[in-house]
Amino acid sequence: MDLKKNIPMLKTTEQIQIKPSKGWVSLNLKEIWKFRELLYFLTWRDIKVRYKQTAIGVMWVLLQPLFTMLLFSLIFGRLAKIPSDGIPYPAFIFSGLLPWLLFAKALTDASTSLVSNEQIITKVYFPRVIVPTSAVLAGVMDFLIASCLLLGLLLFYGIVPNWNILALPFFVLMTILCALGVGFWLCALDVVYRDVRYTIPFLTQLWFFGTPIVYPSSLIPDQWKLLFGMNPMAGVIEGFRWSLLGKEDFPFLIILSSSITVIFLFTTGLYYFRRMEKNFSDII
Amino acid sequence: MTTKVIEVSKIAKRYRIGGLEPYKAFRDTLTSFLKNPFTSKKTAKDSKVHWALDDVSFDVNQGDVLGIIGRNGSGKTTLLKVLSRVTSPTRGKALIKGNVAALLEVGTGFHPELTGRENIYLSGAILGMKRKEIKRKFDEIVAFSEVEKFIDTPLKRYSTGMKVRLAFAVPAHLESEILFIDEVLAVGDNNFQKKCLGKMENASKEGKTALFVSHSMPAVLRLCNRVILLNNGKLIKDGPSNEVIRSYLESEMGSTAKRSWNNFNEAPGDDIARIKSIQVLNQEGVNTETLDITKPFSVEVEYWKNNPRSNPSALLSIYNQEGICLFTTSELIHDEWKKQPNESSLVKSTCHIPGNFFAEGQFSITLILGSFNPNLAHACEKDAVAFQIVDKNDGNSVRGEYANEWAGVVRPCLQWNTKYEPLKKQVDCIQ
Repeated sequence: MDLKKNIPMLKTTEQIQIKPSKGWVSLNLKEIWKFRELLYFLTWRDIKVRYKQTAIGVMWVLLQPLFTMLLFSLIFGRLAKIPSDGIPYPAFIFSGLLPWLLFAKALTDASTSLVSNEQIITKVYFPRVIVPTSAVLAGVMDFLIASCLLLGLLLFYGIVPNWNILALPFFVLMTILCALGVGFWLCALDVVYRDVRYTIPFLTQLWFFGTPIVYPSSLIPDQWKLLFGMNPMAGVIEGFRWSLLGKEDFPFLIILSSSITVIFLFTTGLYYFRRMEKNFSDII
Repeated sequence: MTTKVIEVSKIAKRYRIGGLEPYKAFRDTLTSFLKNPFTSKKTAKDSKVHWALDDVSFDVNQGDVLGIIGRNGSGKTTLLKVLSRVTSPTRGKALIKGNVAALLEVGTGFHPELTGRENIYLSGAILGMKRKEIKRKFDEIVAFSEVEKFIDTPLKRYSTGMKVRLAFAVPAHLESEILFIDEVLAVGDNNFQKKCLGKMENASKEGKTALFVSHSMPAVLRLCNRVILLNNGKLIKDGPSNEVIRSYLESEMGSTAKRSWNNFNEAPGDDIARIKSIQVLNQEGVNTETLDITKPFSVEVEYWKNNPRSNPSALLSIYNQEGICLFTTSELIHDEWKKQPNESSLVKSTCHIPGNFFAEGQFSITLILGSFNPNLAHACEKDAVAFQIVDKNDGNSVRGEYANEWAGVVRPCLQWNTKYEPLKKQVDCIQ
């Protein structure tokens, strides 16, 4: 068979080098950027699939936080009479609950994402970081929808946010990075040890009570503030309340130490993930 | 004037045996650490390793369609996985110039809840297509897959055939310069397979480079201008297709229905017993892979018994394509085996399997040499041989003239008694 007749010149100058992976690898962010469309499609898939074959579909995004908020207002606000810094308890709790739900959902989905995408991981090459990232981003969609509910609630209680609200995207970003950082760690571990998926419910529950969602951080004595702020979600929640509820003093200390923790979690998580990813398809 | 587009030098890939366990629990690592904290994990487990690829080197020129052949477990798929970067090699390196599309499975990334249209986009993106590219080729893909009518129906409502057609239609329209294809033509009906082969022939005429793993020698012969033969992870032969395929078919490697080891020291087993050969024979005593569903056949096992004091026996486990073990049979209870004298010997045992017993399909045999009291497995050769049961549909088999799907993992021809009693008048139906 003679096939050599009309061979076009090689178009791309793309070169792929295949070598054994040893030690620490570079992050190779350029490659992740090259695969951005895949990230888009995987996120889109997760969003599309989530409420297929449900009767009320996207309404669940609103109902879930709404019911949780009502339940918590009843138990913590009415029965336990936990103070809320003078803010109506439902508005107080919902402004904390919303970023928390984003975080908890993103973290849970990201942690199990590699194993649930085993099918494509063992068959196709792409930077694996895309898988947990798309799981987290799919959760952001729910968050955006539920945010409308929050705005409605604030207006209902006559709370009009001031200019502080412009800082809100920063705190959303912090939530995402935090979920990604912890998610990278956990999903890489989940590939090897399936124990991870069983610990996540406990982890999120514990974390929930260590975060000022149902109680105000003003209950925490000053000398513990810095340590308390090590919980990255504490800073996020404080930031949310500050930017939405029009509080006056910026909770600088907590947000600073939270930001540092987030950056730490994110970079270590990403490095750990990149280091482990070459073996995923063999172990998974 | 040829350009090398793939250079593979001394690629090796090691797997740990026992890596097949579904997953590791953290507890296991912890306890194994607590038991012997001073041996590192590596030395404790390194004893059981398997080299799926063993220093494989070759070059591929632009425009080459390279076939990769070899029996099951010879490392073909592992080679493609390493080259497509799904898994990383243990040693060695490779250089690939140009963009690659790897097709290790049809329908990678398909989601049953999404519609055909959505799945085309998703699967295309996973295979590395750009959104614009998919959009441009969308109509072509749909036409190729012949599922126009159902394009907005969720995939879970598709028939298997439709799924396969859609799954192949997407990668068939990839525009990459280098293609890796693993046995994907084994699916779909005949017509569709022809269409796919045609598509691939076009690709090769356009000067695309392709690596093609297949068990179908006619397909390899038709598509590839060069073939490499792998055996136990090693590259055995590299050359023009017809030459390599001929030597593969002439050697035992080409037949899945026979395996043998001439040298005691290399044969699977231990000091007490080792396998010499195993083969599937048809009614006439000829070694063959393809057997008629109505005809009896036999499996012949030869093994060395090297210790007069123990009595190893052969056990056969037959598995179907779904991995279900249909049965295990042993020579243990039969008089001829019991009457053997206690001395070192070469034992030849034949197991007779009746006709009208298996269903149609592919089957594989795992051969175990074992002895009891104490219970020991001297050799265990997984998927030692494989064979295929076919129904000629001539009306003599259990299915009679019925040509469609016939359920069941076995297909015995059982005795039926039919009695009848005439009715006085036809019964009125109540509508």
